[in-house]
Amino acid sequence: MKLPLILLVVIAAASFAAPLVNAILGIDPNVVDLLDRLSGPSLAHPLGTDELGRDVLLRLLAGGRVSLVIGVAAALAAAALGTLIGLTAGYLGGWTDRVLMRGTDAMIALPLLPLLIVLAALDLNKLGLPARLIQSDEISVVRIVALAVLVGWTTAARLVRGAALVTRNRDFVRAARSLGAGVPHILWLHILPNVLAPLIVATTLSVGDVILFESVLSFLGLGVQPPLSSWGSMLSNAQELITAAPLLAVYPGLMIFLTVVACNLLGDALQRRLDPVTARTR
Amino acid sequence: MIRFAAIRLVEIIAMLALMSFVIYALIGLMPGDPIDLMRSADPRMSAADAARLKALYGLDQPLLLRYAGWARQALAGDLGYSRLFAAPVWGALLPRLGNSLLLMVPSFVLAFTIALGLGTLAARHPRSRLDGAVNLFCFAGISMPTFWLALILILVFAAGFGWLPASGIATAGSSDIADRLRHLVMPVTTLTLVSAASYTRYVRSAMREALAQDHIRTARAKGASEARVVVHHALRSALVPVTTILALSFGGLVSGALVTETMFAYPGMGKLIFDAVMGNDYNLALAALLLATVVTMVANLVADLAYAWLDPRVSYR
Repeated sequence: MKLPLILLVVIAAASFAAPLVNAILGIDPNVVDLLDRLSGPSLAHPLGTDELGRDVLLRLLAGGRVSLVIGVAAALAAAALGTLIGLTAGYLGGWTDRVLMRGTDAMIALPLLPLLIVLAALDLNKLGLPARLIQSDEISVVRIVALAVLVGWTTAARLVRGAALVTRNRDFVRAARSLGAGVPHILWLHILPNVLAPLIVATTLSVGDVILFESVLSFLGLGVQPPLSSWGSMLSNAQELITAAPLLAVYPGLMIFLTVVACNLLGDALQRRLDPVTARTR
Repeated sequence: MIRFAAIRLVEIIAMLALMSFVIYALIGLMPGDPIDLMRSADPRMSAADAARLKALYGLDQPLLLRYAGWARQALAGDLGYSRLFAAPVWGALLPRLGNSLLLMVPSFVLAFTIALGLGTLAARHPRSRLDGAVNLFCFAGISMPTFWLALILILVFAAGFGWLPASGIATAGSSDIADRLRHLVMPVTTLTLVSAASYTRYVRSAMREALAQDHIRTARAKGASEARVVVHHALRSALVPVTTILALSFGGLVSGALVTETMFAYPGMGKLIFDAVMGNDYNLALAALLLATVVTMVANLVADLAYAWLDPRVSYR
């Protein structure tokens, strides 16, 4: 539990302190220096420079910020949406439950990656979104988060629905109901706390999944767009220089790998700690 | 059982009809429009020409009407013409599906074999050093970005040692079997390693559960050899959940090898879908996506049927 947590904290702290590091070292990760391209490690550039003479270490940190923000934001949003749907389905039951869960099943039975590529390639102008949003630099980030939420909510929905189904007929919930508690009150105070543990575990695991997902889309050229860059888009650029500068491709991949491993190990450790019943046979 | 399969088949067909409409509508929302493309290629075309062409191809009609037209033709077996391949869609699709299977089946078999071996070993010695090593392999495999693994393999074995070809399906002009096999080595390895990691986790936890059952103690008590206990008594019940997961994942593999195929420039279904979507080849993209959906849903059905077939306690009635 300790090691992955420390690793994650270090990666996150370094990424978010990147602007500070830039200021202290006096290097801007976006400044192009064509006379100093693809240089090896040196004191000024600990990991060398890329094909445009930008500092690789600082760009890794800046890219990490984008990747981490996407991972955490999408995991949280997907958990929230899934919780809402799962609570509704599990507590109301009957017809609502059947429709919502059929929808969840159908999502799982689809070839998701190809469909996501179609969705990632959609022309936002044809969707009628406000032009200010479409032209902003962050639109590619918003788009990836939206896509990740679209595929990610099902896990949380299933978990929460299952727990809500079990809990809604427990005595304390009946008692609350007979005392006149409203549905939102019961859901929030009596049902949600009972699913919190598996939900936290699932959300931690999905941070890693989203980061992988973002890297795949960025790698295919459908993810984070310039001027922003993420680990995935750095890898995608580096691929063209694979024989000239192989290390440029190794670093961002290593960062993705370490972050995702840390998320998965942390999720696993959390499960053992918070949810010993499911974890017992593992 | 037959009733169950029949209901599921009807569901699959309904789902396909729905998906075909959704994908059809989505493709219309992608950037670029065939007539606009023609206009940008030919400056002499006027707006009136464009409008006339749109009317000719029916592009001025509402979405539902256009979809109905496509569906009528598709049901008659005509999926249209692929601009990218300059060939009928069927002609472009089938060889790619074959290539994909050539990649998928060996990696699937290899990954399953590895998972069965490692998962069983780890489950028999829980919390041992061996279990720890297997666990490490699983976590590394599921956390590894596929394209990065592929990139590293290319760096080491193609760029570094020069032992294996980095991309493609065969050396140009060569029809040598050995040459085709050499081109398969790296993509198959990539897919195998990635899927073996997640399969191993399933096998291990299923075996752990199976070995903890009472009938295993009974088998040991009556003097069955350890090999017989593991293979005959535990593996049989552990295979039930594992088979379901394998069948489910096989459906995903057909399109999910997209990243691996793109990395190794391997002409399979995944790369075809990507190229068709990116190249505005609407007919091909639609047909390929639907084919991927069919394969995934049939695999899900097989998973459900296999579940009932392997486990006599399960019945669908």
